[in-house]
Amino acid sequence: MRLRSAHLLGLEGLSADEINLYLDTAVTLKEILSRPIKKVPTLRHVTVLNLFYEPSTRTRISFELAEKRLSADSISFSKATSSMVKGETLLDTVWNIEAMKIDMIVIRHSSAGAPWFLAENCSSKVINAGDGSHEHPTQGLLDIFTLREKYGKIAGLRVVIVGDIKHSRVARSNIWGLKALGASVVVCGPSTLLPVEIEKMGVEVYTRIEEALEGADVVNVLRLQKERQSAGLLPSIREYSLRYCITKERLKYLNKDFTIMHPGRGRIE
Amino acid sequence: MSDLTISGGTIVDPVDGYFGPGVIIVKKGLIAEVIKKDKSGIKGDIDASGKLVCPGLVDMHVHFREPGFEYKETIFSGSQAAAAGGFTSVACMPNTEPALDNQEAIKFVIHKAREALVNVYPIGAVTKRREGKELAEMADMQGIGAVAFSDDGNGIQNSDIMRKALEYCRMLEVPIISHCEYDDLANSGVMNEGVVSTVLGMKGKPRVSEELMIARDIMLADYTGSYVHIAHVTTAGGVEIIKRAKRKNIKVTAETCPHYFTLSDELVKSFDTSYKVNPPLRTKKDITAIKKGLSLGVIDVIATDHAPHAYEEKALEFDYAPSGIIGLETAVGLVSTELVRKNVLSWPEAIKIMSLAPAKILNIPAGTLKVGVPADITIIDPELEWKVSENDFRSLSKNSPYIGRKLTGRPVCTIVAGKKVFELL
Repeated sequence: MRLRSAHLLGLEGLSADEINLYLDTAVTLKEILSRPIKKVPTLRHVTVLNLFYEPSTRTRISFELAEKRLSADSISFSKATSSMVKGETLLDTVWNIEAMKIDMIVIRHSSAGAPWFLAENCSSKVINAGDGSHEHPTQGLLDIFTLREKYGKIAGLRVVIVGDIKHSRVARSNIWGLKALGASVVVCGPSTLLPVEIEKMGVEVYTRIEEALEGADVVNVLRLQKERQSAGLLPSIREYSLRYCITKERLKYLNKDFTIMHPGRGRIE
Repeated sequence: MSDLTISGGTIVDPVDGYFGPGVIIVKKGLIAEVIKKDKSGIKGDIDASGKLVCPGLVDMHVHFREPGFEYKETIFSGSQAAAAGGFTSVACMPNTEPALDNQEAIKFVIHKAREALVNVYPIGAVTKRREGKELAEMADMQGIGAVAFSDDGNGIQNSDIMRKALEYCRMLEVPIISHCEYDDLANSGVMNEGVVSTVLGMKGKPRVSEELMIARDIMLADYTGSYVHIAHVTTAGGVEIIKRAKRKNIKVTAETCPHYFTLSDELVKSFDTSYKVNPPLRTKKDITAIKKGLSLGVIDVIATDHAPHAYEEKALEFDYAPSGIIGLETAVGLVSTELVRKNVLSWPEAIKIMSLAPAKILNIPAGTLKVGVPADITIIDPELEWKVSENDFRSLSKNSPYIGRKLTGRPVCTIVAGKKVFELL
């Protein structure tokens, strides 16, 4: 089994075998974290550039830790906006740095497709650490890894993704990855946060949380950004939480051995 | 002065619908005689055997970036591209820097146009600085040669300004060319809103952001008894609205561009910025409707919306790249390959849509082979197979999504006022 692409850009189009190869590799790497010396020499010949054009704490630290534990040399570069402001394009920046012999680029960018654009135009291997509202493949793989650890397999699971589907790259990567592995995926949120024709991605769509949760195994709760209210997509956060909050009462719709995945701690209400 | 005789070819005359053998004799840069019959026995100095001899093509929607963005295109380089594409007359949009919103700016274009290879007509801005707030001095601009008015690149958001602009242009008997797009609904989108924008997580411009303004402008034209020309129609809904308006005899005409009947939003999945245009590429269903609109005569004109951008401006993340592609040098090949050879249009229809129809809208002396008019003639080889190559473009910019595409049909000779300005060797 080999991966068809040398880059990890998105989960759309990956086969079940390819995803399982990533997940199986992660199993062996996870074991390293339980050793007293949490470090292996796997990537000691590799120099990685972490290019973060959008603020990120969790993802950036995850990548930096992974690089250190695999013995890669890495440098990180964060900038809230592209260096376009000073007249330097993404390609200018990357071609300059590539001249100093790097092997891999991890890129987070607010513009969808930026990692593809980079992969097309540079010689490094590219990993997408989130591009706009498009894909976040490593987060998707992590979510799927977690579920596979718990349930043993993904096929047959019914997974509900709740919240701001429209602006969520995590939702999109989860949809592709879960479906490739045979799960059925349901999305649920207010109509204004469901992108047009989302059903064509092969998911079931509900605007009532109770219907969405019915018979599901997993609920993946997306973070709702406060700006969505000011952008007029929601009358109020209050109304949103009344309709979509995963309350104790609503858990009764789920299958017995359910899992709630949430980016924060969540509050039990 | 230039005397020429073109013989052996098939004459396409959109004025009387003639499509058959004949000879055209040019004297002193004017059409002196057109013999529409077989076996005239005349052997001219241009042998057009196997080729179509048409009135020079007219592109009523180009962006020659002068003044302000001469690195993208100048009036001269644009005219070279036009000549190579078979166009003998073009009308250039006023979204330059500064905008063509006053008499001096129009004068500048007319001055520069004197050195151009083809006839270049300026279109003036409807509003000052194209801001959509105050009417520009349109009568003054028309007085020295502006042939139409448009804030192209921007939709005129304020309906009352649009109403007044239509009324003012009714008085001047000159068309307003409307770029139909409501900014609030278009919501800073970078592509069509649909399943593809959903998959890509990109901001989409919904069809309704275009269609609503088409409907508004048609209603305003009806209400004020004015005339409006709708630029670059892209959607099935837009075609339907225009069709209904024409049935009610509202004074409206419309254009589309080759990319709206050849390319769909699926292509944006490549993140190649040469698929970024405004209005955006729509769906396959829209493409079918645009073709139908052309064949039924709902859409009157094919224009190119030739929009040059430099390499470094397009070699960016999709969100950051400017909209627009060049189109002058591929238009005939695309019309031939995708419309004529696929039986959407006949050659006479296609030539009319690309010459007489826009000439009538702009009220310019073009699109005919009448005796006494300047001899603007395009000779097309309808069977010539060629591959679009970046190196062949005369345009200063190379931002074409068609590079590498094989086409059948190409202009081989372009004549302006009896003078060859382009010849494919």
